[in-house]
Amino acid sequence: MTSTTVQPAEHPDESGRGLGRRRFLGYVLGGSTLVTAADLSLGRAAHAAGIKSAPQVSEIYDLEDLQTDAALPTAQLIQIEINRDGTASFAIPRMEVGQGIVTSTAMIIAEELDLPVEKVRVTLAPARPELLLNQLTGGSNTTFSTYTPIRVAAALARGALIEAALPLLEANADRIQVIAGTITNIDTGESIGFGDLSEAAAWPVDRISEVVLKEESDFTVIGTPRNRTDARAAVTGAKEFSMDLDIPGALPTMVCRPPTLNGTPERLLNRREVMRMDGVTHVAKTSRGIAVRARTFGQCIDAIRAMKVSWNAGSVEGESDETILAELRGAELPFTPLTQIPDLPLGNRTLEIDCEFMFRSSAALEPYAAIASVTEDSAEIWGGLKVPILAQQDIAQMLGMSQEQVTVNVITGGGSFGHKLFSDHAIEAAECSRAFGNVPVRLMWHRADEPRQGRLHPMVTSRVRAATGGGLLGGGRKVYGYEQRNTSVVTDFSHGLGEMITSISADDLPLNLGELTYSQSIFLLTQELGYDFGAVTQLLNEVDDRFNTGSMRNIYSPDTRVAAEMMVDALAKDARMDPMEYRLEFLRNENTKRALRKVCKEGNWGRTMPPGTAQGIAIHREYKGTTACLVEIDCRPATVNRKIREAVTGPRVTKGVFAVDAGLVINPRGLEAQMMGGFADGLALTLTSSVHLKAGHFLEASWDNYFYTRQWNIAPEFEVHVLESDRPGPGGAGEAGVAATAAATANAYVRAMRIDPTKQTMRFPVNHDTSLSAFTPKSFVPPVPVSPTNGLKLTR
Amino acid sequence: MPKQTFILNGKSVTVNVADDVRVLWVLRDILKVTGPKYGCGINVCKACTSHVNGKAFNPCSVKVGDLKRTDEITTIEGLATLDGRKDLHPMQQAWIDRDVAQCGYCQPGQIMEAVALARRVRRERRSITEADLDAIRNVCRCGTYTRIREAVVQGARAMGPND
Repeated sequence: MTSTTVQPAEHPDESGRGLGRRRFLGYVLGGSTLVTAADLSLGRAAHAAGIKSAPQVSEIYDLEDLQTDAALPTAQLIQIEINRDGTASFAIPRMEVGQGIVTSTAMIIAEELDLPVEKVRVTLAPARPELLLNQLTGGSNTTFSTYTPIRVAAALARGALIEAALPLLEANADRIQVIAGTITNIDTGESIGFGDLSEAAAWPVDRISEVVLKEESDFTVIGTPRNRTDARAAVTGAKEFSMDLDIPGALPTMVCRPPTLNGTPERLLNRREVMRMDGVTHVAKTSRGIAVRARTFGQCIDAIRAMKVSWNAGSVEGESDETILAELRGAELPFTPLTQIPDLPLGNRTLEIDCEFMFRSSAALEPYAAIASVTEDSAEIWGGLKVPILAQQDIAQMLGMSQEQVTVNVITGGGSFGHKLFSDHAIEAAECSRAFGNVPVRLMWHRADEPRQGRLHPMVTSRVRAATGGGLLGGGRKVYGYEQRNTSVVTDFSHGLGEMITSISADDLPLNLGELTYSQSIFLLTQELGYDFGAVTQLLNEVDDRFNTGSMRNIYSPDTRVAAEMMVDALAKDARMDPMEYRLEFLRNENTKRALRKVCKEGNWGRTMPPGTAQGIAIHREYKGTTACLVEIDCRPATVNRKIREAVTGPRVTKGVFAVDAGLVINPRGLEAQMMGGFADGLALTLTSSVHLKAGHFLEASWDNYFYTRQWNIAPEFEVHVLESDRPGPGGAGEAGVAATAAATANAYVRAMRIDPTKQTMRFPVNHDTSLSAFTPKSFVPPVPVSPTNGLKLTR
Repeated sequence: MPKQTFILNGKSVTVNVADDVRVLWVLRDILKVTGPKYGCGINVCKACTSHVNGKAFNPCSVKVGDLKRTDEITTIEGLATLDGRKDLHPMQQAWIDRDVAQCGYCQPGQIMEAVALARRVRRERRSITEADLDAIRNVCRCGTYTRIREAVVQGARAMGPND
């Protein structure tokens, strides 16, 4: 493989519409069948230009840019192969977790190749160390960063196939057509398929080649709604997740975990008894507990419940929600003195909003799970891993091997929501395999382990102060200063996103992020208030790194946006204006206004509603796109006090209307699905789902303790409007639905409940304090509950 | 080791395993029938929902020793092939039409629950209500609930008397 650096043949023009945007260089790689390649770092378009006044960092350079730029210094080839059977193969160096990238990637390749989508085989690439930072699935960056390079490789393949077909078809280049994987001589009608050309189009040695991408106006696949390529496998049970793989000898393995957060095992006191239990093959102490391997997971559970273990203390012994909250309160940064706000008139008023966001679990329905087969001098891992290269490095280090001795296979995940950015499960599986004496293991976390010992979204406080005008002749409308101060338990970014920042020298960043922490940098790279509120600052301060945290779907944005949009409603009220009109007056971006107008029109904003019910609206800007959401909520006692067994009911959002401008949309159906999922997450964050810390451990251990949105919480009416975009390239979608939903729901809630959020501290989710009474915490010793046996009495 | 015999997806199977092992693990770990998923192990998340004698049940909460030789267990893998049909069950087709699945992990359980719900309301000579949909307990952490509701109604309408 050649090491020539690939650059766009022409500098991309700013408008993004000229030919320069579509002309690139790539490779035809030497081999017996046609393989084309493009540099993954081609994904970077020119920086946005033309922002006029005092932009926030994320307006000119955001997390998408950071992730894409992090890859620039290295040549990172991705390849498309044309197979003899007429299909095309591509291994995407990203992880499918349900967000639909396998489908959208197949569509991109099909579009540029003129091959039916059904003939494009997209698989997940294993860990490829040479890709360095460019194999991380996160920040809604996949399509943004891979769109252009994938197109380049596909267009090159199409060109090479045509080149090979011309002599065989005795045709000139302008007298052929390419339809659905077949090249036809228009004059003779003779045709030949891609598969039959695969060898003829191959080159013995690598060559560099120029290619012009299709005009977007010629797209027939991209932008057309399409079902997921794995839909049939998903509904027939054929879709395989990590625990469904049949790796020989890899027996079920679980870990008996400590009674308090991050406690460590001292000793298993009844090893002989446990070893004698039915089905048990191995028991061993690991860094986080006592691991057991058995014929079935059920027997692992039985063994864990029988274990008598002495434990060392955990990382937050004796701590509770209240003590951590007090710690955050003590670390809050002050607001800027009003005297330092420019042009602030006499007689000004300040409004303040104070919010508390409790700990939340980011666990997916598929718990942490991975297969590991470790030998003396090699290891092979299978798991849902969004940063597989880091998993490979960590496992190699733990086992005392070189990175090359560790193979990491990336398996489609049963959801992620940021949870699988970390490789805790893969590392633990390898550790167990080694601890048992190098036997293959199928490691799975028990559900109870996830909220109690797994990754969390940290507890956060968000304080907002806005200084508004002197009240003279309409001056009350103007906002002179907006300040937001988030104080949070530390978010762990050691999964690779942090390294991206340090890989870019301070000189290359448009604003100096160099002195900030990983978390503060990511905060600044993602937060864009979007309103003309004078001097705007949004800052993050972090304390306490004793928790297992991570970047849960949409990271900082839902919390930050909830507090911000509650302030916007408060400002509108102060100005005696309608919340929609107020937003339209102060929003900086036309696309955001368009999205807001759309949801207000479709959602019949301002309609008369009964007491105890209300509408709420909010906007959000992120991932090169913009969103708006309108919800209607019912907080009347008959709804709030609905009785559903083992459930938190509470206020119900009865209607949701969502609008999204995500730039160029590859698959509208997939984009709608992501907004729908983000909507469900937004409801959960504002209304129902949190974990409770008490006496050094989290109480939740079940889906009937951790109240993620369920059918009885979802809005019976929900619609998504995908807006036509004036931006040329794709934006991010996977997380874009969450923040505006969470904020619109918060606004609807306070209106329905007639709460003035400038007068009292708001705690989210609103059910945090009452949901404690909705369940009895499961035992901490043993740490996993017994499986019931009454299932045949509950058939339905 | 006791022998456990029951009917799985139309065929009689016999497994050597202790009475108290839950059916979910017999299916997944021993018989390698992996459509039913683990999500909680305590009959809460419903990801393992399958059918016993045509009704929904959760194999994580049934001892294999409590199954009779004549008990017919149907997992997602066997839903369409019963009654000699080889293609998709109408509920599966509705799921595809609505492109319900995202990660797909919970969807086998969702579909088995939906089919059982459709049969239940048919026995009660009525159609599916919003209250029925609200009462579905299956967790979908991707939040596909809206499309699930649409697909359940569509699939139930399309189901014939033998579905």
